[in-house]
Amino acid sequence: MTVTAMTASEVAKKVVNNQPLFILDVRNGDAFSDWKIEGGNIQYLNTPYFDLLDGVEEVVSELPTDRDILVVCAKEGSSVMVAEMLSEEGVQAAYLQGGMKAWSEHLEPVKVGELSNGGELYQFVRLGKGCLSYMVISEGEAAVVDATRMANIFLDFAQEKGATIKHVFDTHLHADHISGGRAIAEATGAMYYLPPKDAEGVVFEYAALENGLEVEIGSSKLEIEALYSPGHTIGSTSFIVDSKYLLTGDILFIDSIGRPDLAGLAEDWVGDLRESLYSRYQDLANELIVLPAHFMIIDELNEDGSVAKKLGDLFKENHGLNISDEQEFRDMVTKNLPPQPNAYQDIRKTNMGQITPDEEIQREMEIGPNRCAVR
Amino acid sequence: MNATKVLDAKGLACPMPIVKTRKEMKTMESGEVLEILATDKGAQADLAAWAKSGGHELMDSQTEGDVFKFWIKKG
Repeated sequence: MTVTAMTASEVAKKVVNNQPLFILDVRNGDAFSDWKIEGGNIQYLNTPYFDLLDGVEEVVSELPTDRDILVVCAKEGSSVMVAEMLSEEGVQAAYLQGGMKAWSEHLEPVKVGELSNGGELYQFVRLGKGCLSYMVISEGEAAVVDATRMANIFLDFAQEKGATIKHVFDTHLHADHISGGRAIAEATGAMYYLPPKDAEGVVFEYAALENGLEVEIGSSKLEIEALYSPGHTIGSTSFIVDSKYLLTGDILFIDSIGRPDLAGLAEDWVGDLRESLYSRYQDLANELIVLPAHFMIIDELNEDGSVAKKLGDLFKENHGLNISDEQEFRDMVTKNLPPQPNAYQDIRKTNMGQITPDEEIQREMEIGPNRCAVR
Repeated sequence: MNATKVLDAKGLACPMPIVKTRKEMKTMESGEVLEILATDKGAQADLAAWAKSGGHELMDSQTEGDVFKFWIKKG
C-alpha cells in the first residue's frame, strides 16, 4: 500500500467544504493542545510519534474506516514515518505535506466581492493562523492590506491578475504575525503606510496612515478611505473600500472584538476601543460589509470560505458590541484575557524593523494561534 | 555535567533525534546519563515529553549557538 501526501491546499478545501477528515496528530501533547488544524467535520487522535516507535498496533483500532485519515506533525518527517507504519498494518493514511509549518503558511484566496467599474476585492484566508489579508484590484492597479509574511503569494497573485501593487497598508503594528507589507512595497516600489502612532519604534521609511487619508486605485478612481479607530493599538485604523466594505483590522471581528493589551497598555486603550466600537463605528452605514484581519474559530467562516458580515448584523449579534455597562466592558477586555500570542514581542520588533531574524526563525515565531481577540 | 555517553544528532530532522536517543538509551543502565546534541528546534519539546513518558529524567538543557544540548538520566 502506498503512502500519499495531502497538501495544505487540499486540507484547506476540506475545511472550507466541511468534508469529513480524521487527523492523527503525532506531535507532542502540548503542541497539539496549543494549536491544531481546526474544522467543523474533523475528528482527532493525538498520539506523539515517540510513543509509536515500537509499533502502531495500539492506535490502529482507534482509526475509522469510513473517512480519510491524515497524519500530521510539525514539519512532515514523523508523519511520513507513522503513515508508512500504518500502511504496513494495512491502513491507508496520508501525511500532511510540509507539516504544520506548511499549514501555518497556506493562504486561500477568496473573492469577497465586485467593486465599481469591474474592480474586485479578494480576501486571503490563512486558515492555519486565522489571519486575513486583502487585495483591492481595479483596472490594473492593486492595494494590499494587512499582508502576511509570505509576500510572494501577494506578488504572484497581483501578477496573475495583471495588476501593479501601488499601495500597501497595515491597519496597525501586528503582534501575532510578521507583516509582509514592507517586503511587498520594496519589491514593487509601492508606498507602505503605517499608522504613525503605532510606528514610533519603526526604523525604516514609511508613509503616514492618518484619519481621512484617501487613495484611489485604477483610472476610475476606486476609493479607499482611512478611518482612525484606535483600541487594539493606539494607531489602529480601519478602511472603507468603495463605500461598500469596512476593513476593521483587529478592532472588530465577526464573533469577538479586539484585545487592547498586546502593546502592554490595556488600561489606557480600553477607552479608545470602546469609543471606536460604540461611537465611530455606530456612525457608519449598517450596510457596510465588515472584513476583519482575523477569525478565531472556524464557525466564523461563511459557506464560500470567506469571513465577512454586515455591520448591522454585527451590531445585533456580536456580544462585544452589546455591553451597555462601561465597567462591564472594561472588565471583559482587560481581565481573563487569553494567553498572548507566541513570541509577540519579537514579532512586534520584527515588524518595526528593529530585528531581522532569518526565515526559519520567523516561522518558529509565528507558530500557534493568533489570539488577538476577546469574546 | 558528567555524561556516560554522548549522542551527536546534529543535522538530523525529526523523528531521528528521538529514534537515535531511544536506541542509545536501550544500551544503557538505569541511572546513567546520556548527553544529546541536536540542531532540530522541535527536539527541545519532544525530548522533554519523550523523557517524561518513558520514565526518564531530563536533567538539564542548554543552547550553544545553533546547537541544543540535553542531559537525560535513564529511568
